[in-house]
Amino acid sequence: MRLTFHIWRQPNRTSSGKMVRYESSNFNPDMSMLEALDVLNEELILRNEDPITFEHDCREGICGSCGFMINGLAHGPLPKTTVCQLTLRHFRDGEELFLEPWRAKAFPVLRDLMVDRSAFDRIISSGGYISVPAGSACDGNDILVPKPYSDRAMDAAACIGCGACVAACPNASASLFTGAKVSHLGLLPQGQPERNQRALRMVAQMNAEGFGQCTNIGECEAVCPKGIRLEVISRMNGDFIKASWSNRGQQSVSDGV
Amino acid sequence: MSATAAGFPGSACTWRFWQTTIGKKAVMAVSGTILAAFILGHLAGNLQIFLGPDAFNGYAATLRHLPELLWPVRIVLLVSVIAHIWSSIQLAVTKSEARPTGYVKKRPAGSDYASRTMYWSGPIIAAFVIYHLMQFTFGVGGTPYHPLDAYGNVIQGFRVPAVALFYILSMALLCTHLRHGLWSMFQTLGFYHPRHTPKIKRLASVLALLIFFGFISIPIAVVLRVIPQVL
Repeated sequence: MRLTFHIWRQPNRTSSGKMVRYESSNFNPDMSMLEALDVLNEELILRNEDPITFEHDCREGICGSCGFMINGLAHGPLPKTTVCQLTLRHFRDGEELFLEPWRAKAFPVLRDLMVDRSAFDRIISSGGYISVPAGSACDGNDILVPKPYSDRAMDAAACIGCGACVAACPNASASLFTGAKVSHLGLLPQGQPERNQRALRMVAQMNAEGFGQCTNIGECEAVCPKGIRLEVISRMNGDFIKASWSNRGQQSVSDGV
Repeated sequence: MSATAAGFPGSACTWRFWQTTIGKKAVMAVSGTILAAFILGHLAGNLQIFLGPDAFNGYAATLRHLPELLWPVRIVLLVSVIAHIWSSIQLAVTKSEARPTGYVKKRPAGSDYASRTMYWSGPIIAAFVIYHLMQFTFGVGGTPYHPLDAYGNVIQGFRVPAVALFYILSMALLCTHLRHGLWSMFQTLGFYHPRHTPKIKRLASVLALLIFFGFISIPIAVVLRVIPQVL
């Protein structure tokens, strides 16, 4: 199978990059997109050229490491599929493919197709947790959770943090990601005490990282490999608005008003 | 009990809320709701033109003779317009800063035309509103104007083809703007339900089309001479 690639090449964070054209006939339709890049990289290495850098880990669609734009679509044309799970049989023989890294101010390109997604980690550490006493593990069924709630929490928790939502959004908004994290803890009893603080802190961090606003257009939902729905953004909005007006802060709590 | 400003619901909190993207979107949602409600009321008033000059001019005179109603409404609308535009400008700046380098190729995957063009339809509607006020409120729109004859002003205004055309085009943009905005405000303010949201979206489309056809029926009726000229 023959494919023509136009791939963003950028040696490091500070230098400027450009699209470079590569052509090869050594692909077969059963390969994944990442395996196609492996094949291409072996050819580059044999020609003494720099191989193309792209991020990957599990290659089974669950770790959230991989991801880039294929012909203007995050993770390519197949819904609910990461690039590692996207096989070449979904493309025509001889097709031209444009591969570009996620584009956002908060996701600086490190090299070629690899971007720095530390901004997501900082959003998580700002509030994507619950505080528990760290002793011996408590009994698994200590706190009962109704099935519909645990199902919805799990739907939100399916987010793998790949960054496709930011890449696809015309405003480079991280609302689907942040909304998924706010929702998955906010739907569970363990997440209630810190629910207000979580919404306030995570939204503040999301803004501080330079992600854009949500305009409810649904590009993120369409490209999300885990099928996270816009509902989580609405939940985050509701939590944030409520928290903004009901928040008493640290001070008043210790005052015992 | 010495409460610091931080953390208490008060001016500092309001300021912090406004400083966030969600805060600004909430302001846009609330001001947009007020403006949309006005548009429906305005449509109901305008359609009285089909009842003839006496009914329509009578309606216009009633409004003018109720300053205690007219001015509060005008002030609320003006504040809403300013809030809506000011937050959209700030959000447009945020948006442009959030992606300094664009894509060589980019294809929409899940959004509709109306939602992607909010930043275009909005300013054009604003330009239309300015001309609309110049024409029918201040009488400086370049078409014949008489302060006590709203009916005649409309007829003579829309007899100018360019004015009628601009009006119809602006209403088409208002229709797309509302098609997205009318359901989007629920999502922004935190209301989503798998059963109700699809219905809200359909209702938004129906209302947007109702507003479109309702408003353009007037210039079309004038151009087709359905509404007679009396003066």
